[in-house]
Amino acid sequence: MTKALRALQFLGANSVLFKDVTVYTFKGKFYFRLLLDQIYQVGIRSMPLVFIVAACVGMVMTLQFGVGLEKFGGKPYVPKIVSVSFLRELGPVFASLMVAARVGAGFASEIGSMKVTQQVDAYRALGTSPIKVIVIPRVLACLICLPIMGVIANAIGIVGGLMIASVDLSLDPVFYWQRATSTLRLADFFSGFLKTFFFALFIAIPSCYYGLNVKGGTKGVGVATTKAVVMSSILILVGDFILTKAFLVIETWK
Amino acid sequence: MKGFKKSYDDKDVHHDVSFYLNKGKCLGLLGGSGEGKSVILRSLIGLESPDGGEIRILGNDTTDFTEDEWVELRKKVSYVFQDGALFDSMTVFENVAYPLIEHTDLSPDEVQRAVYDVLAEFGLEGTEELTKSELSGGMQKRVGLARSIILKPEVLLYDEPTAGLDPANTINIQQIIIQLKRRGNSSILVTHDMPTALAVCDDICLLHDGRIVARCAAEELKTNKDHPINQFMHGAREVFND
Repeated sequence: MTKALRALQFLGANSVLFKDVTVYTFKGKFYFRLLLDQIYQVGIRSMPLVFIVAACVGMVMTLQFGVGLEKFGGKPYVPKIVSVSFLRELGPVFASLMVAARVGAGFASEIGSMKVTQQVDAYRALGTSPIKVIVIPRVLACLICLPIMGVIANAIGIVGGLMIASVDLSLDPVFYWQRATSTLRLADFFSGFLKTFFFALFIAIPSCYYGLNVKGGTKGVGVATTKAVVMSSILILVGDFILTKAFLVIETWK
Repeated sequence: MKGFKKSYDDKDVHHDVSFYLNKGKCLGLLGGSGEGKSVILRSLIGLESPDGGEIRILGNDTTDFTEDEWVELRKKVSYVFQDGALFDSMTVFENVAYPLIEHTDLSPDEVQRAVYDVLAEFGLEGTEELTKSELSGGMQKRVGLARSIILKPEVLLYDEPTAGLDPANTINIQQIIIQLKRRGNSSILVTHDMPTALAVCDDICLLHDGRIVARCAAEELKTNKDHPINQFMHGAREVFND
């Protein structure tokens, strides 16, 4: 099978899975307990990772821009650059990439193991839908948690920048905070916030798809896990570019 | 099943499989490794889609079944997986209770009573709070069996229920299957284990080269050691070569 055909097949299969998730979410029994379990796994357990990454990126950004712009007297602009960058791009994208690495891999390997040990078939054989029991709780957990994690990453990143700016760049924290917040617009926030819903789907749907389609035993689980992380990350980055373009068009629409 | 066809990657696994199951009887499906016995079993409850042929089960032609129709059928036709296929995120109690919670309106007390009863029947008292990893292979199979029968299905499909078990556990599983047969369950047993097939089946079919090549009563196989099915199962594969 050619690469183009494989890409088409992947696209088609993921579209069908997305359609099934949408249809089955509103049909029949809803597994609230399983959703809570997944919210804990996706949201609560990923939080330390997002916390560390957002803080580090915020500090590095502030440091780099501070040192770079100081030569041109542009140090006072650092808070604005860092906060806008975080709200529009870095917070949502880094949070999503971290979740893709941690949760996407987890979804694919967990579901893949269930497939190998016939648990997925067992759900079907017992007259229930694996989509409802396995996929929907994971997709919804990502859709609920990722936007919240994106917002938290924004806050942590800006605070991380504020801390390093006051220590290393000798910028007054109050000045930093005022500069960072006063120039922000609602559009900056929503541009990043809305992306996280798409990123949630880019992580959950392919990861579940790869897990459900594991072939070749435990080796297949490893392959599926790798593919899930790579594909989710690519979709997030490519999707980010497309969404950024789309949001900019909408924002500048007269 | 009539004229069942199934292929994978252009390889014909089944090209004309036909057999029937009498009500209340147990049919053994024997054959060599890789002959696709489990595929037949899986196709009977829609876990695999046939490429051709007809499957009629409990009076229903399943050819154009929707997923919702399969769901209804799977409440009456139960599949017993080779290794139990227990959900590892659930305890034994939750595993066995799962079909009841999904498909009945029983109260929590009634579910508990039903689960405890079936676990006691299969000698699994005290395992309620254990998880899959804490069970032996034989116990996993018995829990899987308990989960499969909790909805009181009319037909049971056993996929190698004694594979990998020691003699004591094998006899235990045989007794359970016989006991379920006495209650009126119809069943199909896929196995390599000839003694088990002879102990529990009424009729035995031999699958070879993508079709059923022989069928006879288990009693006949017990008395006629030179029967072609006996010879085949003892390694004489050339018996059924055209």
